[in-house]
Amino acid sequence: MTSLPSSTDRKLGLVIDLDTCVGCQACVTSCKEWNTGGHMAPLTDIEPYGAEPDGVWFNRVHTYEQATDTGSRTVHFPRSCLHCETPACVTVCPTGASYKRSSDGIVLVDEDKCIGCKLCSWACPYGAREYDTEVRVMKKCTLCVDRIYNENLPEEDRVPACVAACPVGARHFGDLGDPASPVSRLVEEREGVDLMPELGYRPVNKYLPPRARPSGSDESAPAQLEPVTAEGGFFGWVDRMLSG
Amino acid sequence: MTSSPAGANSRPSQRPLNTTVAPPEGDGVETSPKVADTVKRTTCYMCACRCGIEVHLDNGKIRYIGGNRKHPVNRGVLCGKGSAGIMQHYSPARLRKPLLRTGERGSGEFREIEWDEALKIATDRLANIRATDPKKLAFFTGRDQSQSLTGWWASRFGTPNFAAHGGFCSVNMAVAGLYTIGGSFWEFGEPDWDHARYFLLFGVAEDHDSNPIKIGIGKLKERGAKVVSVNPCRTGYNAVADEWVGIRPGTDGLFVLALVHELLKAGKIDLDYLIRFTNAAHLVINDPGAADDGLILRDAAGEPLVWDRASKSAKPANTRGVAPELAGSFEVGGRTVRPSFQLIAERYLDDAYSPDAVAERCGVPADQIRRIAAELAHAAFDQAIELPIAWTDMNGVRHETMTGRPVAMHAMRGISAHSNGFHTCRAIHLLQVLLGTVDVPGGFRSKAPFPKPVPPGPKPAGKDGGKPDSPLSDMPLGYVHAPEDLLVDENGGPIRIDKAYSWEAPLSAHGLMHTVIRNAWAGDPYKIDTLFMFMANMAWNSSMNTAETMKMLTDKEADGTYKIPFIIYSDAYFSETVPYADLILPDTTYLERHDCISLLDRPISSADAPGDAIRYPVVEPDRDVRAFQTVLLDLGARLGLPGMVADDGSPKYRDYADYIVNHERRPGVGPLAGWRGEIGDEHGKGAANPDQLDRYIENGGFWKYELPEEARYYKMANRAYLDFAHRMGFIDKAEPITFHLYSEVLQRFRLAARGHGDVRPPESERARIDRYFDPLPIWYTPLLEADVDTGALPLHALTQRPMHMYHSWGSQNAWLRQITNENRLFVHHATAAKHGIADDDWVWIESEHGRVKGQVRLVDGVNPDTVWTWNAIGKRHGTWGLSKDAPEATRGFLLNHTISDLLPAKGAQRRYSNSDPVTGQAAWFDLRVRLVKCAPAEAGMTEPQFPDLPAPPDMPKSPKVLSYGRLFRKLRAAAS
Repeated sequence: MTSLPSSTDRKLGLVIDLDTCVGCQACVTSCKEWNTGGHMAPLTDIEPYGAEPDGVWFNRVHTYEQATDTGSRTVHFPRSCLHCETPACVTVCPTGASYKRSSDGIVLVDEDKCIGCKLCSWACPYGAREYDTEVRVMKKCTLCVDRIYNENLPEEDRVPACVAACPVGARHFGDLGDPASPVSRLVEEREGVDLMPELGYRPVNKYLPPRARPSGSDESAPAQLEPVTAEGGFFGWVDRMLSG
Repeated sequence: MTSSPAGANSRPSQRPLNTTVAPPEGDGVETSPKVADTVKRTTCYMCACRCGIEVHLDNGKIRYIGGNRKHPVNRGVLCGKGSAGIMQHYSPARLRKPLLRTGERGSGEFREIEWDEALKIATDRLANIRATDPKKLAFFTGRDQSQSLTGWWASRFGTPNFAAHGGFCSVNMAVAGLYTIGGSFWEFGEPDWDHARYFLLFGVAEDHDSNPIKIGIGKLKERGAKVVSVNPCRTGYNAVADEWVGIRPGTDGLFVLALVHELLKAGKIDLDYLIRFTNAAHLVINDPGAADDGLILRDAAGEPLVWDRASKSAKPANTRGVAPELAGSFEVGGRTVRPSFQLIAERYLDDAYSPDAVAERCGVPADQIRRIAAELAHAAFDQAIELPIAWTDMNGVRHETMTGRPVAMHAMRGISAHSNGFHTCRAIHLLQVLLGTVDVPGGFRSKAPFPKPVPPGPKPAGKDGGKPDSPLSDMPLGYVHAPEDLLVDENGGPIRIDKAYSWEAPLSAHGLMHTVIRNAWAGDPYKIDTLFMFMANMAWNSSMNTAETMKMLTDKEADGTYKIPFIIYSDAYFSETVPYADLILPDTTYLERHDCISLLDRPISSADAPGDAIRYPVVEPDRDVRAFQTVLLDLGARLGLPGMVADDGSPKYRDYADYIVNHERRPGVGPLAGWRGEIGDEHGKGAANPDQLDRYIENGGFWKYELPEEARYYKMANRAYLDFAHRMGFIDKAEPITFHLYSEVLQRFRLAARGHGDVRPPESERARIDRYFDPLPIWYTPLLEADVDTGALPLHALTQRPMHMYHSWGSQNAWLRQITNENRLFVHHATAAKHGIADDDWVWIESEHGRVKGQVRLVDGVNPDTVWTWNAIGKRHGTWGLSKDAPEATRGFLLNHTISDLLPAKGAQRRYSNSDPVTGQAAWFDLRVRLVKCAPAEAGMTEPQFPDLPAPPDMPKSPKVLSYGRLFRKLRAAAS
């Protein structure tokens, strides 16, 4: 079994805004294209042109309808590794392949140590692990560890691929261990939540819930307009307005 | 206000860590691997959005495609399609070499031929057509982004029979906008994302301007602006809207006119704006039966007259200091005249447009309509904004600030693809203009080269049908202003094969590609010789009647020859249409070609900055393929087309890149506006610059010119902007642009229908023209809906594109098809219960025309009278490099099988095209269906099914396993 660092210097993670995610899959494919040539390359695709195409993806978006007080809403829900503070996928690993970095908290898999036993994917309640049947190792989100520090990229590009690509700007990245960091402040301001906190794995990634949507209008707008009351009705009103 | 050079995602929480030095973790992870040896910046083509991309190349292979932060369209972001470009480029379905049909048409039997042979076959055929009767060439292009070239080529060839796919895409949006406000929704204008407080989005799922809309919605929601979506389907943008109005399809116009009713009744309209920028005050002649009834009264110089309140007399509208009346009835020179606003107010104040009158029909509660009207008024008038930007109007009056009414609107396919879409789109523009929100801060803003004068020019060429060995006088597509401009013969019959600009579709500014195959097959109005198509999957998901289209393409005369004698097709991929052509000219992928995204066509301008862009080859083709535009110029030179050959008869242009740089449409005006002039220091107009493409490449593949602040709003009347637009060649004269709420063009057609003028519709067409050419927006039941038994076909049926796919290209992509490879029919729970249908059931979707089988998914987020599915997932067995048991072919289905290109037969009457009667826009969203639960034995496989198509010779087998990216890891390992 693999042990966890007692603490990490930073808690790097993602903050995902469910208020604005339109389900466009940009984070999904930008992740795929970066990572299929990246640290865990390749992200193998089996039967890519066949009956049951199935590949390794570090990030997937699910769309479903959720009941609300007034009916239902359609939710787009991006799902990837949450880089938990106490991840079961690490503690369950028999070889030390699955580990949490003490510097930045990123949960990674060391492919050389992975025996493909899949215990980690059974242990992860978030379904964030992806077994590559061709290479026979477990793969997962690296938080783009090969982008965020990459000296071969311009500094402004050193963010996870999904954060750079997201067209609505629904994805954010930073140190969630630092209460003063922009992501921490965003989580505080928008009352960001953990996914299934009751399980106790203390996810680092946070989700921002949809903003309250007034069923009615802008608070200050009237519920309906009143007809003009000038003498002569509407045309009288026009006349008065033009005379003014 | 201007875009940040840091890109769209540059909020503090989206930036790199404050230190990006890798921590000493000691786990052996390479945190700074080499990414690429080269980065090339070009333009995406994974959809019509035209985003800037950075293609990272390592050892000649594409490592990664990211968004270009500096690019004005996407500002660094990239959608799900764009990020899957690698798989599009390396698709196994790419065509490899020219093909000549050897078996029966439709069999898919071809042999490979050399380019010389292919071009000789095409040239011989086309030369004969051109020498005898050039209109016998019908040249129609699909998702073409080079229409200024293809249209010019057709005009030089001399055939009027040219168009792109706009007739079944968005011509309603283009024409309604251009004839009303001189610009249009779609990607030719944009909401003021930075200032709008209220955003009304009609009928948009994922169409055009996709990344700008996403960036914009992110901004609006961050600022707390209210987003209201009007759409039968609660997907995508509609899912994140603050309010979703699940309207019944085809009733948006009625909903909008009820909003107009409420606003008028309450006096919540901008009278000052109407007087200054629209024809609301122009005097309309009221003389029923007269030849000029309903036209605008003008002075001898042609200037419209208004009624001056001060002098109580008619004065030219452009008189300094005139104070026009907006209401009333006046006598001028013995004629009774009324300001057009009087007609607007009378019509829409009528209770027929009250929320209570339309609520049931629209499926929207009257209280909700009333509330939205109140919110619009509140945002426009109580939350009006002033930007501290001084500007000068066309009267020379200086204004110290810019007043904004922060209500923005956007609309697209859900408005466009209905047979009442033209008037519905006009109604939306009417609503915007009454609120005074067009081209003001917070409103809808035109992008250069728009706005254009209303109505726009030039007129369509080809009235004479084309003459042997002669070019047309101008471009085949244009804008008619009066019946005299139609392309009809002396009997009122159509000149064009698609019947564009005929009485059946007078304002069909984009042509009617959806009618070409039927008309060519039927010889109506005449037989053609060759159908030449580019990038349009007409034998499958782009047609309105899939099986019939395949039949027409293969049908023969009694003598055994094909009814459509010869078909040339160019595409990059093995689509369902390839087997139906005789000669295939294989195109390149978007990363292997030159293109120009031109101000002459559909540029990348934003409201703040006119701009254009290029594509250039970032990888070399590994197949014997050529870029279609280069092939077209080569064919043009071989045919000796004027403008395509030098004086000595040699080709004038080496290839498309050479044309992009050196072609001049007018003196100094070429395909690209940037870095013109011999030393590249001129923009807009200027001599050709041999280094122009290099300058574009150095600049990231695009050019843009940031307008000065004073020129950014009120473009229809802004001296600084209009002078600039004139200098750039966008408009012929620097004159104010007047919005036409009341359309005199439409009235001219109505008068013709009433027997006036020299060019009048045939008797059979009069009632139709009279009805649909109302000079003010009207609403009517969509034509198909009015003709079928809606009791027997109780449901509306729609398709929409998944955000991550663009037509059949996207659904073939190895990555994208893992996200979606079959489509369900989405049905409301309550509707399903009524029909005895459960989740996962298979049903027949039956229309008056045909039926298709698909599997049901129950949802809440859809109008209960509507069913819908994803577009273009369904594929024919054997095509696109997919295995024969691919779910796209076994479970994916096309609603196209149930859509007819013709309206139902009504007795002896001629069957009309299932299109908007004004513009000819294909009305594929008018579809009505019923659901019939399948027998148990029928479940599991879609129908109809068609025979497998064999792959072209030499096409490699698609891989069973894809390990894309392994190479880069090996290269890194070798290097370390």
